[in-house]
Amino acid sequence: MIAVVDYATGNLRSVANALRRAGAEFTLTADAALLRRAERVILPGVGEASSAMARLRERGLDTVLPTLTCPVLGICIGMQLLCLSSEEGNAECLGVFPTRVRRLPSGTEAGAETGAEPVEKIGIFPAVGSLPVGGAPRLKIPHVGWDTIEGLRSPLFEGIPEQSYVYYVHSYAADPCPSTIASTDYGRRFSAALQRDNFFGTQFHPEKSGAVGARILQNFLTL
Amino acid sequence: MLAKRIIPCLDIRDGQTVKGIHFEELRRVGDPVELGAKYAAQGADELVYLDISATQQGRRTFTDLVTRIAARIDIPFTVGGGISSVEDAGRLLEAGADKVTVNSAAVRNPALIDAIAARYGSQFVVAAIDARLVDGRRVVTTHGGTRPTDRELFTWARECVERGAGEILFTSMDHDGTKNGYPCEVFARLAELPVPIIASGGAGTVGHIAEVLTRGGADAALAASIFHYNEIPIPTLKRELHRAGIPVRL
Repeated sequence: MIAVVDYATGNLRSVANALRRAGAEFTLTADAALLRRAERVILPGVGEASSAMARLRERGLDTVLPTLTCPVLGICIGMQLLCLSSEEGNAECLGVFPTRVRRLPSGTEAGAETGAEPVEKIGIFPAVGSLPVGGAPRLKIPHVGWDTIEGLRSPLFEGIPEQSYVYYVHSYAADPCPSTIASTDYGRRFSAALQRDNFFGTQFHPEKSGAVGARILQNFLTL
Repeated sequence: MLAKRIIPCLDIRDGQTVKGIHFEELRRVGDPVELGAKYAAQGADELVYLDISATQQGRRTFTDLVTRIAARIDIPFTVGGGISSVEDAGRLLEAGADKVTVNSAAVRNPALIDAIAARYGSQFVVAAIDARLVDGRRVVTTHGGTRPTDRELFTWARECVERGAGEILFTSMDHDGTKNGYPCEVFARLAELPVPIIASGGAGTVGHIAEVLTRGGADAALAASIFHYNEIPIPTLKRELHRAGIPVRL
């Protein structure tokens, strides 16, 4: 049985729809006993980290989730909650992945963070032919839309080419760490996906990432 | 690298797709779910469904439609039209929408943007703004461009962002339906805002779209009839944008 953790978060329905499209049977639950018996657990999440963490605690799931032994997949905030901490609302998180979640840099901060790289090069693409680039030379936050993943190293990405596009909507991201299994650059390099033992996480939304996302979910379901 | 998004827009009345020419003379162009699935398969990056139903019955039909879209479509989709309360937005979120657009109701009651953003997050709220040039001033209009307001475009766009809108969807009513291109100088100014800008209204050629994504600094281009009537198929559009050096998801 696949269990999708129901802790009153945003993208529960879209994850459920994606599982239905994959032909998978699943249960929406916050019941610790059911989660311990599950063959797969998915922790979705959209919204604000500290309040999402509070909702997990209210349900006693903060002690259950890190002890699960089946494959677990955290998506977006769900992945962030599996990290050590998040700057968003100063949340102490579950500590499965050895990394911290920090706010993505806006344009000027990005320039400062990457040192030599001029701000003008960040967030917009180079001038094209005779068309001068207009608009503001800065990075927009949230990071919304389709971006590429690289450095793929996990069975989660079986059959997925480097530089595949996946769909993102987020303002905070996990720093690269030894558990990083895919990366994306947006102002700074961050963990697009993480894996440690039976725990997996994606910052992007596989349930909204077309055929690439469907394959990643399928890979998780057949690990 | 973050891709520029191509977004087909489907206008829905009583559960069916229609396309407005200057928001009038509506013509049916197909089943909304099938059409959306077709666009997704062709490489659309996102879909926008706008409910232009005038009746309560039409609105209920639209919510049912959103549920069916969410079950079928595996890319993000935004819904709008007639959203005037947090409850309206919540109902569409429950039905499976990824984002909502607010337009006339937000002009009437700007706190609506704050309320939806506070409840569901900025990523869920797209401020749709229609404006037209009146005596040299870009005046925000409501009700499908028919009612001018006393608001000025750039001031209102900034206020929407400050109130929590996560994206701006701008339509120049002087250009919408003309196929003569976008007002790129207007988009370049909007692009100074710290949120993504979606350009709508006026695309007739690949060059128009390339121009608004480069010179106009827009993050996404939204169009309807060029896709509905297959004047510019999405795969062709994206190939040509890619050839022009614009980052797109192929």
